[in-house]
Amino acid sequence: MKAVSRVTGTAVALRRSDVDTDQIIPSEWLKRVERTGFGQGLFSEWRDDPTFVLNQPEHQGAAILVAGPRFGTGSSREHAVWALMDYGFGAIISSSFGDIFRNNSSKQGLVIVQLSAQLVEELQGIVEQSPHTPVIVDVERLVVEVADFDWIQPFAMDAITQERLLEGWDDIGLTLRQSSAIEQYERTHASHALNSTMQE
Amino acid sequence: MGKTLYEKLWEEHLVVAPVGEPALLYIDLHLVHEVTSPQAFDGLRLNRRPVRRPDLTLATADHNVPTDPLSVPVADPTSKRQLEALDENCREFGITLFARGNENQGIVHVIGPELGATQPGMTIVCGDSHTSTHGAFGSLAFGIGTSEVEHVLATQTLPQQKAKTMAVTLTGAVPAGVGAKDIVLAIVQRLGTGGGAGYVIEYRGQAISELSMEGRMTICNMSIEAGARAGLIGVDETTIDYLKNRPNIDMTKFDSLATNWRNWVSDEDAHFDHEVVIDATTLKPFMTWGTNPAQVVAIDGVVPDPSTFSDPEERATAERSLTYMGLQANTPMREIPVDVVFIGSCTNSRIEDLRAAAAVAKRGRVASSVRALVVPGSHRVKTQAEAEGLDQIFINAGFEWREPGCSMCLGMNPDQLTPGQRSASTSNRNFEGRQGRQGRTHLLSPAVAAATALKGRFATPDEVLA
Ligand code: SF4
Repeated sequence: MKAVSRVTGTAVALRRSDVDTDQIIPSEWLKRVERTGFGQGLFSEWRDDPTFVLNQPEHQGAAILVAGPRFGTGSSREHAVWALMDYGFGAIISSSFGDIFRNNSSKQGLVIVQLSAQLVEELQGIVEQSPHTPVIVDVERLVVEVADFDWIQPFAMDAITQERLLEGWDDIGLTLRQSSAIEQYERTHASHALNSTMQE
Repeated sequence: MGKTLYEKLWEEHLVVAPVGEPALLYIDLHLVHEVTSPQAFDGLRLNRRPVRRPDLTLATADHNVPTDPLSVPVADPTSKRQLEALDENCREFGITLFARGNENQGIVHVIGPELGATQPGMTIVCGDSHTSTHGAFGSLAFGIGTSEVEHVLATQTLPQQKAKTMAVTLTGAVPAGVGAKDIVLAIVQRLGTGGGAGYVIEYRGQAISELSMEGRMTICNMSIEAGARAGLIGVDETTIDYLKNRPNIDMTKFDSLATNWRNWVSDEDAHFDHEVVIDATTLKPFMTWGTNPAQVVAIDGVVPDPSTFSDPEERATAERSLTYMGLQANTPMREIPVDVVFIGSCTNSRIEDLRAAAAVAKRGRVASSVRALVVPGSHRVKTQAEAEGLDQIFINAGFEWREPGCSMCLGMNPDQLTPGQRSASTSNRNFEGRQGRQGRTHLLSPAVAAATALKGRFATPDEVLA
């Protein structure tokens, strides 16, 4: 994973609640065996609509998505994270997120920012009014900042997620340092190995 | 003070709990399917890592497989490529795979339990959010993303934050004609799509104890629709009877296994972080009307009127849902015609579900305006149903009897809705486009689905059985 200390760029407001991962990347896109190229499928059902916010010229190249509540619920598909990142988003701001989506994001370096519903509304208002205003999501200081509007808000992130983002740590590498504890566990607990009927 | 089942499962599987870091949990069973695994296997190859415990890993092809007769080859080239990738990856890494056509193949959450791979007291993960299904056996089971799939393949462990615990208690017995699907729709409606976030839910109470394992799996399956990571039901004699003689159970040790399994329950005096009580005697046959699984109404009811919602955000969501669903407020649900009926998915494709649907189907014929599909959850379910003659009942009534797989639950194979089509579906998600672009999905139980197929509009079994 690449280290991320801040995400800077323009932001776009997605004023919909309950945007589930089926909406983020519809299932027809899940047949690919690669990890790249999913940006084309991002919100693909909505992007046919010329009035959809991501189709507006002033929002091209946005790096931050300011979404409605309960973003990323539903299916566990990590493809949702790959699609958002492949499209160019580096951070998602919402008042709440689906659990698995949040987890998947932290593994890929997509920054998840949780703010109160009221602050999310405020920020949506700002970026709708001034689509070109730069927004910063600072992972070191844990703040969202819109300098043009003197708007700066702290957000919470657990220390481990923050450290992983800043250092770009690979989870598997970290866990493999615990190999002896894993072996010890396996020695002291009954095995659930599948029997021979199951292992062909 | 006693411990909850979740706490017991957590403690039993703790490998290490470094201060200030997530705990490392040991994973007893890793289920793998074609859609969320190819990039994980690639990651292993890239880093020259082996699969740590192929003997704790089981793969099947389910999401993509066509439900046509097995003699028909997979037509879609990208699906075919993904299925082949699973074949190659399992061969290379030494993992048992039940591919299309294998007698053990089926939807991952159907085959785990029916083979006896799912057992009480285990930790079970799969790159699929409905892994919560296996919690019906008193095991901690949850969905993971592809990076985590790779993590489990490489280490047989997962870093996890401990969840909060919630007890959902169903008091009393359900009225006749009300089943597991109705219970869980009522629960999701009550909790909302986000109400379970951060929690592991344990379901308890008379209405839960009285359910079969099939019914309990239906309940745990939809825990994720309330935002919970996992659902749990404590072990009792129903659990143990179900596991008897399953292929992966060593029957020579059954008694001692059963003795151990009986421990996987919450202590009487255990404390839950949150408790919800639902009076089961008031439940009815339910269905969804909107585009998320918490938008639930009784089949007796009418399409809700968003203007009566006090919360402005909920009102806006409801308006959007109704537009998408092509529905008018206050229309009686029973007057709404459907185009497609889908009986299948890991929520409702087990033998008991097919029996319930067949009992209704044999009373009539599918309405001429309706396409009705029955997709058994696995080969074993299909074989069992055929032995009981259920296939003939369905075929004679005008249903299609198909090969097992996820099928129209998510429309990755050719079984899809066309734009604007309305379905009555026994699956678990009514999201926009879930069953095909611009398709409109209503979730309901197998018996109601069958009655709806015969009537050509939403209907309860009593309308057909009378
Ligand atoms: S049947 Fe549907 S919900 Fe279940 S595993 Fe398949 S796609 Fe997922």
